[in-house]
Amino acid sequence: MDQFWNTLQADWPMILQKMGEHINLSLISVLIACLIAVPTGIILTAYKRVANTVITTVSVIQTIPSLALFGFMIPFLGIGTKPAIIALTLYALLPILQNTYVGIGGVNQALIEAGTGMGMTRWQILWMVQLPIARSVIMAGVRLVAVQTISMATIATYIAAGGLGDIITRGIAMINTVTIMEGAIPVSLLVIVVNLLLLGLNKLLTPKGLRQYTRN
Amino acid sequence: MGVDVAAVQFKQVTKNYGSGNVLENFDLTIPSGQIVTIIGPSGCGKTTLLKMINRLIEPESGSVLVEGQEVSTLNPVELRRNIGYVIQQIGLFPHMTIEQNISIVPRLKGEKKKDLVQRTEELLQLIGLDPQQFRSRYPHELSGGQQQRIGVARALASNPSIILMDEPFSALDPISRVQLQKELIKLNEKVQKTIVFVTHDIDEALKIADQVILLKDGFIIQTGTPANLLEAPASDFVREFLGAERFEQYSI
Ligand SMILES: Nc1ncnc2c1ncn2[C@@H]1O[C@H](COP(=O)(O)OP(=O)(O)OP(=O)(O)O)[C@@H](O)[C@H]1O
Ligand SMILES: [Mg+2]
Repeated sequence: MDQFWNTLQADWPMILQKMGEHINLSLISVLIACLIAVPTGIILTAYKRVANTVITTVSVIQTIPSLALFGFMIPFLGIGTKPAIIALTLYALLPILQNTYVGIGGVNQALIEAGTGMGMTRWQILWMVQLPIARSVIMAGVRLVAVQTISMATIATYIAAGGLGDIITRGIAMINTVTIMEGAIPVSLLVIVVNLLLLGLNKLLTPKGLRQYTRN
Repeated sequence: MGVDVAAVQFKQVTKNYGSGNVLENFDLTIPSGQIVTIIGPSGCGKTTLLKMINRLIEPESGSVLVEGQEVSTLNPVELRRNIGYVIQQIGLFPHMTIEQNISIVPRLKGEKKKDLVQRTEELLQLIGLDPQQFRSRYPHELSGGQQQRIGVARALASNPSIILMDEPFSALDPISRVQLQKELIKLNEKVQKTIVFVTHDIDEALKIADQVILLKDGFIIQTGTPANLLEAPASDFVREFLGAERFEQYSI
């Protein structure tokens, strides 16, 4: 145990730096995935006939083993942060896309008709009615993706994208449990903290009128 | 705008959803300032008729005029903001408070916050709900009947001269139903609104109407004052639809 604390103290700056890289990778990937998947999901609700095809296509990405997906990036984009972010983003698309599509599409038709009948434009219906009502479903997708991306970003080390995976792989190479833990524990903590933060944020944002629907 | 301009006019309107005409060469004039009730069997085209007035539904041919202007030439968003609309399914926004729900059209029109608070209070009083108690509640905290009243208040909020109501009182208990019917008549006397009112309740239709329109399969079977219909039913269908016992009572 003493040895653990000593090593931790010595490695602390390095852990912080890797954690920074890790957060950076994950955050950028999730943000890009949101920017792509949320608008796409919204647009698809207006084109129900192509929606299934698009969602099925995107879900194929999910069937590629993550390590292989990172590998596939190398011939096209080489190694480093950029291909890692692209791979993570691709993985993050489906849950956000699916939840946006279901959430927006699931808004009661009567509400849309009432809004239209009162003279709301399509944009106003989207911003004032559909998005607020679908928000917690969309956020559930984002939360899932955030957790998934943080743990998957560990593999980004294999294409030299940095992050806490660097520490874990070094620990494995040295067969050093302490080093492995120095990488693994921060990943787990990150996952837990981000998950709780997003849960709390969602609760905070959900208007009282909708809470009855979104318990659990 | 001239007083003699009809509030709403249908000219040779045909509507087809794809399986036959729901309305065919339909003509109708709704005079300004009156309460007009539309009755008829389920599926006869009442909602369709109503939704063509605010362009939620576009006819295949013919024209609909609102205060003398052909609606197809008007901006639908502007048109709808100036026509009150109570939909059959109530349609209150669950994430907005009662106050926000009621003030939505004035807000869309960009009216000042301060005026809205006052307006909401007046409207809540008008429909018989205590403003203090109800303004910051959410729709799910209201009974079906109370929700329906909010739907009516919401349609009145921007003070439109024409209001379309699709079975607005269907979920109300008899007592508040009668109370709201009275309010509606009073409102109409006071501010001369044109109210196009769809209902399944014959008593209601006869009671509040200046003019009743009886539809069947997209055709007007008879139109006139409630007394007209009861004194001179145009056919057995009218007699049957209004209820035979009503005529017995009437002739005695
Ligand atoms: N969107 C639609 N697509 C296809 N058919 C429709 C559509 N809306 C209405 N119809 C049909 O048009 C006819 C008239 O419908 P409408 O809703 O106007 O009837 P209604 O008189 O309001 O009936 P109710 O009293 O049950 O509300 C019905 O036969 C209905 O099935
Ligand atoms: Mg109807």
